[in-house]
Amino acid sequence: MFWDWNYVWEITPTLLRASVVTIQATLLGFALAAVLGLVLAILRMSKTGWISVTAAGFVEFIRSTPVLIQIFFIFFVFPEFGVVLPAMTAGVIALGLHYGSYCSEVYRAGLENVPRGQWEASTALNLSPYITFRDIIIPQAIPPVVPALGNYLVALFKETPLLSAIAVLELMQTAKILGSQSFRYVEPITLVGGFFLVMSLIAAAFIRQVETYLNRTLRNPGGAR
Amino acid sequence: MQLRPLAVCAIVFFTAGLAVSSFAGFREFIPGLLQGAAVTIQITVGGCILAMVMALIAAMAKMYGPLPLRWLAVAYIEVFRGTSALVQLFWLFFVLPHFGILLDPLTVAITALGLNVGAYGAEVVRGAVNAVPRGQWEASVALNMPRALSLRRIILPQAFVAMIPPWGNLFIELLKATALVSLITISDLTFKAQQMNQTTFRTVEIFTIVLVVYLALSVLITVGTRTLETFAARGIARGR
Repeated sequence: MFWDWNYVWEITPTLLRASVVTIQATLLGFALAAVLGLVLAILRMSKTGWISVTAAGFVEFIRSTPVLIQIFFIFFVFPEFGVVLPAMTAGVIALGLHYGSYCSEVYRAGLENVPRGQWEASTALNLSPYITFRDIIIPQAIPPVVPALGNYLVALFKETPLLSAIAVLELMQTAKILGSQSFRYVEPITLVGGFFLVMSLIAAAFIRQVETYLNRTLRNPGGAR
Repeated sequence: MQLRPLAVCAIVFFTAGLAVSSFAGFREFIPGLLQGAAVTIQITVGGCILAMVMALIAAMAKMYGPLPLRWLAVAYIEVFRGTSALVQLFWLFFVLPHFGILLDPLTVAITALGLNVGAYGAEVVRGAVNAVPRGQWEASVALNMPRALSLRRIILPQAFVAMIPPWGNLFIELLKATALVSLITISDLTFKAQQMNQTTFRTVEIFTIVLVVYLALSVLITVGTRTLETFAARGIARGR
């Protein structure tokens, strides 16, 4: 007997409750990543040499090391400096930091695609750098890169099981606990895998929709067909 | 990936790590961490080889295979790209024994990571093959080459050059994913770090050194890919 449907119905409610934590971690982590990515991208474009080099070095460093170690680093090393964080917060910060550095590359591509003339026109109109960024550059830079950001949202979602390593009660950790209680790992872990697969496929389809929508609206600003 | 900022921050972190740990007697950590690093490298290399083989098979099956094989390839790619690497690792580790398949953890690790990265790699291979100009296919037909031969001798060698940079990124992803195997009781770098952390409580030094080791391995992969890239591009340039 490899697959027990009764057991599946028994554990589904527990897993669904745990999936809320997974989704929370995803959304919070991505909110952090989206903001941090933009900040890093702008810092990296700075004309002051040491700021851009530091930002670039930080991004490359974060991108080159495993997110699991980064989670451990924030959870185990920060308390040594007096910063004690709950597991969930530490995990969300680590995921946000990791994907923030990926997102910064996406934002950078978007920012660099804004034509130079836009900058020059802003200078000609005597707009301050802050106003130029907020009202001229960012509104043109962000929409084309939304699908790429969406891909990182899905990637971040698929990394959330790592939080089980610092005992956050998300989907994977719950499945492991259920498995160790009943010595039946087949159903919980397969269900978790199925959940991730379904959610990722839905998200991928949604991103494709957004992409076609953006392609349509970006080519016809003002919505004229 | 930009090399210079990476090198700069590698040096900064390494000296900082050294400065912190030199007065903390970090020598005692080095042998254990090196053992762990050896396991990490072993899994990375094994996973890379499996990933390349799987990627090539899956991409060929998806593009040129008969219908059932094509569905199988699509299912493989979607399932392994759609679920987390950690879930796949646990699935192979906990669920396969229920079906009577007992693998040692190292095999499970290499299989899971290789299959995971192979699924991403299949799309890389497919993209690179599609990027070879159609004229190359037409020229092979004109020269009366069979499909398999033109694929092997004409298309794949050209696609190979376009594949190198994305494969370099995938290898780094694989290296980073090997940190997960510590969760299925393999004593890789991450596992050793946690173990030592629990016995010595020298958290700062241990995790800093581990981060630097992973960074160094990533830089090694980047440098290797760059070298291969120039080497392969030279071959193409001569051929034209």
